[in-house]
Amino acid sequence: MYKIQKSEKLADKIFLMDVEAPRIASHCEPGQFIIAKIDDRGERIPLTICDFDREKGLVTIVFQIVGASTTRMAGMKAGDAFRDFIGPLGRPSEFVGEDLAELKNKKIIFVAGGVGAAPVYPQVKWMKEHGIDVDVIIGSKTKDLLILEDATREVAGNLYITTDDGSYGFSGMVTAQLEDLVNKGNKYDLCVAIGPMIMMKFTCLMTKKLGIPTIVSMNPIMVDGTGMCGACRLTVGDKVKFACVDGPEFDGHLVDFDEAMKRQQQYKTEEGRALLRLQEGDTHHGGCGHCGGNE
Amino acid sequence: MDMMKKIPVREQDPKVRATNFEEVCLGYNQEEAMEEASRCLHCKNAKCISGCPVSIDIPEFVGHVKDGDIKEAYKVLSQSTALPAVCGRVCPQESQCEGKCVRGIKGEAVSIGKLERFVADWAMENGIKPDKPSVHNGHKVAVIGSGPSGLTCAGDLAKMGYDVTIFEALHESGGVLVYGIPEFRLPKQKVVAKEIENVKSLGVKIENNVVIGKSTTIDMLMEDEGFEAVFVGSGAGLPKFMGIPGENANGVFSANEYLTRSNLMKAFRDDYDTPIVTGKRVAVVGGGNVAMDAARTALRLGAEVHIVYRRSEEELPARVEEVHHAKQEGIIFDLLTNPKAILADENGWVKGMTCVRMELGEPDASGRRRPVEIPGSEFTIDVDSVIMSLGTSPNPLISSTTKGLEVNKYKCIVADEEIGKTSKDGVYAGGDAVTGAATVILAMGAGKAGAKGIDEYLSNK
Repeated sequence: MYKIQKSEKLADKIFLMDVEAPRIASHCEPGQFIIAKIDDRGERIPLTICDFDREKGLVTIVFQIVGASTTRMAGMKAGDAFRDFIGPLGRPSEFVGEDLAELKNKKIIFVAGGVGAAPVYPQVKWMKEHGIDVDVIIGSKTKDLLILEDATREVAGNLYITTDDGSYGFSGMVTAQLEDLVNKGNKYDLCVAIGPMIMMKFTCLMTKKLGIPTIVSMNPIMVDGTGMCGACRLTVGDKVKFACVDGPEFDGHLVDFDEAMKRQQQYKTEEGRALLRLQEGDTHHGGCGHCGGNE
Repeated sequence: MDMMKKIPVREQDPKVRATNFEEVCLGYNQEEAMEEASRCLHCKNAKCISGCPVSIDIPEFVGHVKDGDIKEAYKVLSQSTALPAVCGRVCPQESQCEGKCVRGIKGEAVSIGKLERFVADWAMENGIKPDKPSVHNGHKVAVIGSGPSGLTCAGDLAKMGYDVTIFEALHESGGVLVYGIPEFRLPKQKVVAKEIENVKSLGVKIENNVVIGKSTTIDMLMEDEGFEAVFVGSGAGLPKFMGIPGENANGVFSANEYLTRSNLMKAFRDDYDTPIVTGKRVAVVGGGNVAMDAARTALRLGAEVHIVYRRSEEELPARVEEVHHAKQEGIIFDLLTNPKAILADENGWVKGMTCVRMELGEPDASGRRRPVEIPGSEFTIDVDSVIMSLGTSPNPLISSTTKGLEVNKYKCIVADEEIGKTSKDGVYAGGDAVTGAATVILAMGAGKAGAKGIDEYLSNK
């Protein structure tokens, strides 16, 4: 069993948990994910790692309620435990293995959409720990749904907040904020975009236009997360890749997002999709791999 | 009683079982088992033993069954196998022990598999466990994977007195026995879980949710956690796809995904959370045992199921018994047929599959006649789901994260057949991770070999 040390509501339907998982905490790196299973009858739910503490053996996860399983998870309190907690899965972000001197010469911007702020955080933190200041955009539908603002501000060079409804920070989508920064003379060598697939798709269209190489983190449906089932397959360039073992991070300009978004819908009934659309509007994504947003 | 013929085994009626996940074969009762056992000729030079990858003393255990001493029969079995209830159900006996049975020359071989199953089930029902090891030598050995090879290797090493820990990536133990083989062929709680408990009762520890190559590595197990030797039995988990257009459409699954959802995650039950797509018309591409398992699972979930296979019935790699059961249950065989493309509707869902008719040409390297397309014979079948069952290959997670572990061009770990020794000192391997996808019993044989190799290695160290 994997005990929850802390459970905190970050925003409406968005939760953060610190989970005791020493093996994972001692080996995980930015870019990787875990799979959690609540109890005997639960599904295997892939979730991004938001933070980790190697000494205390803790892994921090952030998730959004998007269906039955995440609703059940949200009901878990400190002291409760997951039956299973598996990881770290996937490959670390490419920069973790890169030459630090070269990396320091790059100007990098992170673009986070919704709950995508959670997987972006450990990457930005890693940069800070290695003496690299990066720019970060966090976009959310509205001010109340914004998460990890203070934590990210501590580790980012510049932090730009955008809200779709203009209730806080820049008014508009993350793509508009990004274009605005470039128009104002900022030059970027690399963009890392993480969030709902639809947001990553449009960010990639924008960075293609702006000529910025872009990495995205894919969150398709998975079962085992170790390369066994192939449910998470994607088309990247002209190749079929498994997000769980080949990714989850890929060259965003090569990912077939339209196919990926269709594949996200496989286990949703029409009624279920309609309900989610209604409940969550365009924040509907979760970063949990069990949801595809709505086109 | 006709001594030339096997005592028939009771089975669930095909019409009934096509709608449930209960076990198909009901097995012998004691009377039937004793009668069947009396057909054994007790050959002095028993060929059946050499046909068994774990060398069970078959005439000895069958003799005890004939005498009605089932407890003694179980003792004989458990000297050679940790998983008799599993093997009695899923071994291809017709090409192993029973294939060598002298009875089989003029009549039907002794039903060794069904007798093994009877003895193992009897022992479980009567709470009889294998004898606990009496010695402990304190040497720590790690086993990667809790499938047939890992369990066998761990069990054998524990019996020799080693302190064994199995590391399993999934949340349940058993490997392919729990994620691959369906409930109706191999019950999970009644059979697999109990045999794993038996292995644990020998002192073997199992740590689940540890993905070697991710959660930790073999090098770290040896350097930081004090394991003196490692056996890699990580199986062949990576599914193959055909590479045809439309293969990423919604409703196309690997057999691994389909079976994992149903078997491991219990998606066929309403009280479990994991979903499964239950098509109305399903094509299963491939002709092996896994294809039969996927087809019969889809059938039980309510679909009309077609096996699409490019060669003829004679070349089907699946066991004859499985093909027979599949046909009885109403699976339709579209033989000499090969998919060319999968067609999707505007939402990305499968709406059909274009196939081409095949004919058999000259034999290829495998000795089977090579299927050749008949030009202009393309046609479309109306299906809403496609399950690809084209075989699997080893997962590179371990080989790519272990220094000095040699693999061949198929990413299979290179290991000695007799003792499982790999290119890395102290690391042994066996099962599908070495051979590519094969059978449960061959993996068990390799687990045994690995245990022997590790014992020799640590004894001489």
